[in-house]
Amino acid sequence: MSARMLRALLTVPLIALLSGCDWVVMKPFGDVAIQQRDLIVVSTILMLLIVVPVMFLTLFFAWRYRESNKDAKYDPEWHHSTGLELVIWSAPLLIIIALGAITWIATHTLDPYRPLDRIDAARAIPADVKPLKVQVVALDWKWLFIYPDYGIATVNEMAAPVDVPIEFSITASSVMNSFFVPALAGQIYAMPAMQTKLHAVINKAGDYEGFSANYSGHGFSHMRFRFLGTSGDDFDAWVAKVKAEGGKLDRADYQVLEKPSEREPVRYYANAEPQLFDAVLNLCVDPNKMCMRDMMAIDAEGGMGLEGIYNLSRLSYDKPRMRGLAQLPSTRDYVTALCAVDTASQQTASLSAPSYGSAARRLAP
Amino acid sequence: MHERSDLMNFLFGKLSLEAIPYHEPILVWTFVVAAVIGLGVFGWVTRAGKWTYLWNDWFCSIDHKKIGVMYIILGLVMLLRGFADAIMMRAQQAVAFGDSMGYLPPHHYDQIFTAHGVIMIFFVAMPFVTGLMNYVVPLQIGARDVAFPVLNNFSFWMTTAGAVLVMISLFIGEFAKTGWLAYPPLSGIAYSPDVGVDYYIWALQIAGVGTLLSGVNLLATIVKMRAPGMTLMKMPVFTWTALCTNVLIVAAFPVLTAVLVLLSLDRYVDTNFFTNDFGGNPMMYVNLIWIWGHPEVYILILPVFGVFSEIVSTYSGKRLFGYASMVYATVVITILSYLVWLHHFFTMGSGASVNSFFGITTMIISIPTGAKIFNWLFTMYRGRIRFEVPMLWTVGFMITFVVGGMTGVLLAVPPADFVLHNSLFLIAHFHNVIIGGVVFGVFAGITYWFPKVTGFKLDPFWGKMSFWFWFVGFWFAFTPLYVLGLMGVTRRMSHFDDPSLQIWFQIAAFGAVLIAIGIASFLIQLVVSIKNRDKLRDTSGDPWNGRTLEWSTSSPPPDYNFAFTPVVHEQDAWFDMKKRGYKRPESGFIAIHMPKGTPAGIILAGISLVSGFAFIWHIWWLAGLSFFALVAGAIYHTFNYNRDFYIPAEQVVKTEDERTRALAQQV
Amino acid sequence: MASSASHHHAPPTVNADGTPAFLVMGEHHVEPSTMLGFWLYLMSDCLVFAVLFAMYGVVGANYAAGPGPKELFDLPLVAVNTSMLLFSSITYGFAMLEMAKGRKGAVLGWLAITGLFGAAFIGLELYEFHHLIHEGAGPQRSAFLSAFFTLVGTHGLHVTFGIIWLITLMVQVTQRGLTPENQRRLNCLSLFWHFLDVVWIGVFTFVYLMGALR
Repeated sequence: MSARMLRALLTVPLIALLSGCDWVVMKPFGDVAIQQRDLIVVSTILMLLIVVPVMFLTLFFAWRYRESNKDAKYDPEWHHSTGLELVIWSAPLLIIIALGAITWIATHTLDPYRPLDRIDAARAIPADVKPLKVQVVALDWKWLFIYPDYGIATVNEMAAPVDVPIEFSITASSVMNSFFVPALAGQIYAMPAMQTKLHAVINKAGDYEGFSANYSGHGFSHMRFRFLGTSGDDFDAWVAKVKAEGGKLDRADYQVLEKPSEREPVRYYANAEPQLFDAVLNLCVDPNKMCMRDMMAIDAEGGMGLEGIYNLSRLSYDKPRMRGLAQLPSTRDYVTALCAVDTASQQTASLSAPSYGSAARRLAP
Repeated sequence: MHERSDLMNFLFGKLSLEAIPYHEPILVWTFVVAAVIGLGVFGWVTRAGKWTYLWNDWFCSIDHKKIGVMYIILGLVMLLRGFADAIMMRAQQAVAFGDSMGYLPPHHYDQIFTAHGVIMIFFVAMPFVTGLMNYVVPLQIGARDVAFPVLNNFSFWMTTAGAVLVMISLFIGEFAKTGWLAYPPLSGIAYSPDVGVDYYIWALQIAGVGTLLSGVNLLATIVKMRAPGMTLMKMPVFTWTALCTNVLIVAAFPVLTAVLVLLSLDRYVDTNFFTNDFGGNPMMYVNLIWIWGHPEVYILILPVFGVFSEIVSTYSGKRLFGYASMVYATVVITILSYLVWLHHFFTMGSGASVNSFFGITTMIISIPTGAKIFNWLFTMYRGRIRFEVPMLWTVGFMITFVVGGMTGVLLAVPPADFVLHNSLFLIAHFHNVIIGGVVFGVFAGITYWFPKVTGFKLDPFWGKMSFWFWFVGFWFAFTPLYVLGLMGVTRRMSHFDDPSLQIWFQIAAFGAVLIAIGIASFLIQLVVSIKNRDKLRDTSGDPWNGRTLEWSTSSPPPDYNFAFTPVVHEQDAWFDMKKRGYKRPESGFIAIHMPKGTPAGIILAGISLVSGFAFIWHIWWLAGLSFFALVAGAIYHTFNYNRDFYIPAEQVVKTEDERTRALAQQV
Repeated sequence: MASSASHHHAPPTVNADGTPAFLVMGEHHVEPSTMLGFWLYLMSDCLVFAVLFAMYGVVGANYAAGPGPKELFDLPLVAVNTSMLLFSSITYGFAMLEMAKGRKGAVLGWLAITGLFGAAFIGLELYEFHHLIHEGAGPQRSAFLSAFFTLVGTHGLHVTFGIIWLITLMVQVTQRGLTPENQRRLNCLSLFWHFLDVVWIGVFTFVYLMGALR
């Protein structure tokens, strides 16, 4: 083993040391984030293989070939060496080949869209565990979490049982944000009218921080939430608490909630309208609006022709949300509703809500 | 707020007295200081009776050397503004914890980080590198000026007009609160209804025209005006990097122009390119702006790679190691810079294969960059290194930049980027390459070529002070940001709840103070050097034992640069001439054909400024009028056919005789 | 012409006495760079259009439940319009041929015809725009229409400036004749004019023809 390798290996404990205290990116508690941390460490070591010698040589040559050192060889015309050129191109090339291979593999295995295949380095996902589904909406400037299987929703606080895969579906109400819980997994953007996905798992119970990692305006600094990693029993208790303390969240409530506000306290909703996330994603929480989904279907058929021209207020989304000014009066004509909103679907929690508590575990084979 | 009459609305558009931030003490004081300095300069110039001189010999000058100097001055002035923003941010983040909200509310803070980014990139780094290229390239290729001297003057004033517009936003209205790339939908009219984004758009559009035309100009200059014998592979490396940079400018800035046009249409006439509704697509903006934005960072870094190449070879007293691989590396970087833009938004949900592709192309860029570092390294090897100030900057750069390069490659690994994107780690990374690369390179370049520009060297003591304070200050200011990034702290925050972070921000603020001393040292260096110019005088024109053609002429060079066009035989043309016994002719001078100065550039750019201001505030009559005046003025200018003249032979003889005497005295 | 040809001879690299020549002892003429510079500008302009085309490519089918190309585009009108621009390119070519022969009057005549064709093109385009906006299919209606109006409108704006430039050049040729400066300017405008023609062929194919087929 060369001295270079040795030096590189010595940096591992150094990084481990530094990752003490609260360097959450270097000491996360979710399997995905842990793998991302490992990738940072491995890549850094790989690159230090070349960076350290370069820094050393820079200082060494600068000292060795200083003007006052007449002992050093001076060769003013020496400017080419095929062998050396080969080395200086191939050394970085080799490192990048190694790093590129690692990148390709890691990017695919850690793709946030890909469902997890393990709980942590040692454990695969048990066959009977149902992933926890969470729908996330970035609002101005707070976070809404909807648990579709439980019919509940919360603001600025979410909980998840440890060692259970979580499936996040993420969108936003107005501008771009980024959903990030450093202890859990890497971030992914939350963007209006678009849905992003994140698969993650938390391996240790605790109270972690989550926030928006993309600047979104005035209240951005306080667009933070608590991410509670809990035991299965605690999670069930938390769900029960939300159900006991919370009110309802229907479309009208949502439209009040989405108005810009800062430093919102934690809120619970025992009854969240099941179609809400879908409506937010499709920009049609207001039942008078045409859903993006429908609009895109119509467009795929070639649009609605000239008759569609004045169907405007059903499409206008940004204008009524205008920041900094009072609500603008709608200056555009309103024509006809093409299809009715399914208000009958406002039923309560689905029956398929999984339980992660000890009672459930006992039932498992 | 009272209702305004229609007449007032017509006359002033959205502009009203409420747009003046007299209720914000910070801005009032800034204005007072700016006004005092401005009046002082105005009074000083007036008392010296120098307005005519300034107007004729500088503002209307089409001499690439003077325009280059004006670019550098613009960059310096704007550096002070951009750095003031930086210090304010550092101070805010050092105190805004828990119950203390700091002294900057989000409304103000958000403008500051946007302005800081915009100013540092467009109005500091760009003028600096454009200024260096403008000054040095024609001299290095043995030309008398650039290909289109009048256009050059116009380009400079357009850049300045953009800068002025940003400065106006301080005192009339406000600047954008969107971050320096103004992503929609946030920058759309619905979520940013104020004039801030309009200031952003028009400042960049006006300056962008200048940059684009300057790119076309320098490109044509390098392609067409090289001295006889200077084949491509005999061009100085700085000229090579300038060539690649200007290719990038010409191929990237139109994208910025177009995407900003689309954004302004969304804001002004309610189109739906980047809106959420009506089928708009904000992702398209993000893609387009980075298709410009990524090449932009290479536009900044490539020329300083050239600067370092010149410096390391000169002060090592040695030919550059691996000239050909240096050139190929530059060209490869130029091409690759268009294939990496998506790495700025791995986290926006592209698939794994797309992310991997862009991650790996990004890493590949580090190969030619690494080769360059090695080339500088082996240029130092077996050299006789003189540690003049430019060489200090260069060694400081090599040490600093490799760290920035390393964290850059780290960020190019998509899963790593998922935890580091938008964090302070990212901020530390790009300051690491921009300060450690571009800024160090610009200061190295200014110090290196200063005696060429003025005829005297910069004071080395204050130069060393400046270097050490910048160098140490940089590491103090940005190492904590690396750490904070690893703690999961994100960028653009104006307040924090977690008190345990505060110490890191305080260290960073201390680093910023050290950098402030570094900047002050540079300014003191200028003053001290001007005061001691007789002691620092260089009459040889070649104070560093240089290797390229700019050192073959006098310092400062005559208007015509070279009495006779040089003929190039070797890569380091001037070194070759010295080695092979070149004798400077002392007679036989002839009249020289030169372009004439014109006020067209400054006037047209001034009208553009008015036009931009009118568009920002929706003063439609003025916008229309000034736009019409702009077109009419440009047409009027084309009727001037009398654009060149001959410097008479007697004048050339007089200038050259002075040089002969100066050279004789030196011995 | 003889003297200008000699400018481009490479200067000697060796002096009469065999020592290397380090200077051009005499006036060194530099090749003019105007055409290269203008061509570079055109390429950058081409990129502006490339962005607008890309934008149209991405949002061109986002009708926002409104009308699409089939209902909106009047292909016969556009065909007439296209022929106006194509003819104008041909007539500009004639002007250039006359310039080579040094016939000032004929140059001015063909330029005038070119300008009229250009004006006809702009007129028809304005009519089309006015008609669409009047129908309610303005650039605000959908992302598709935003991209359509911007792409076609930017081209139209270029043609408009081309016409203004053309008129300016006609005045200058009238005043000063076919001097080298004016010839250079006519060459630049020629590049510009044909460039717009090429862009329009792209617009016609990509926007109108493919739109009608969609």
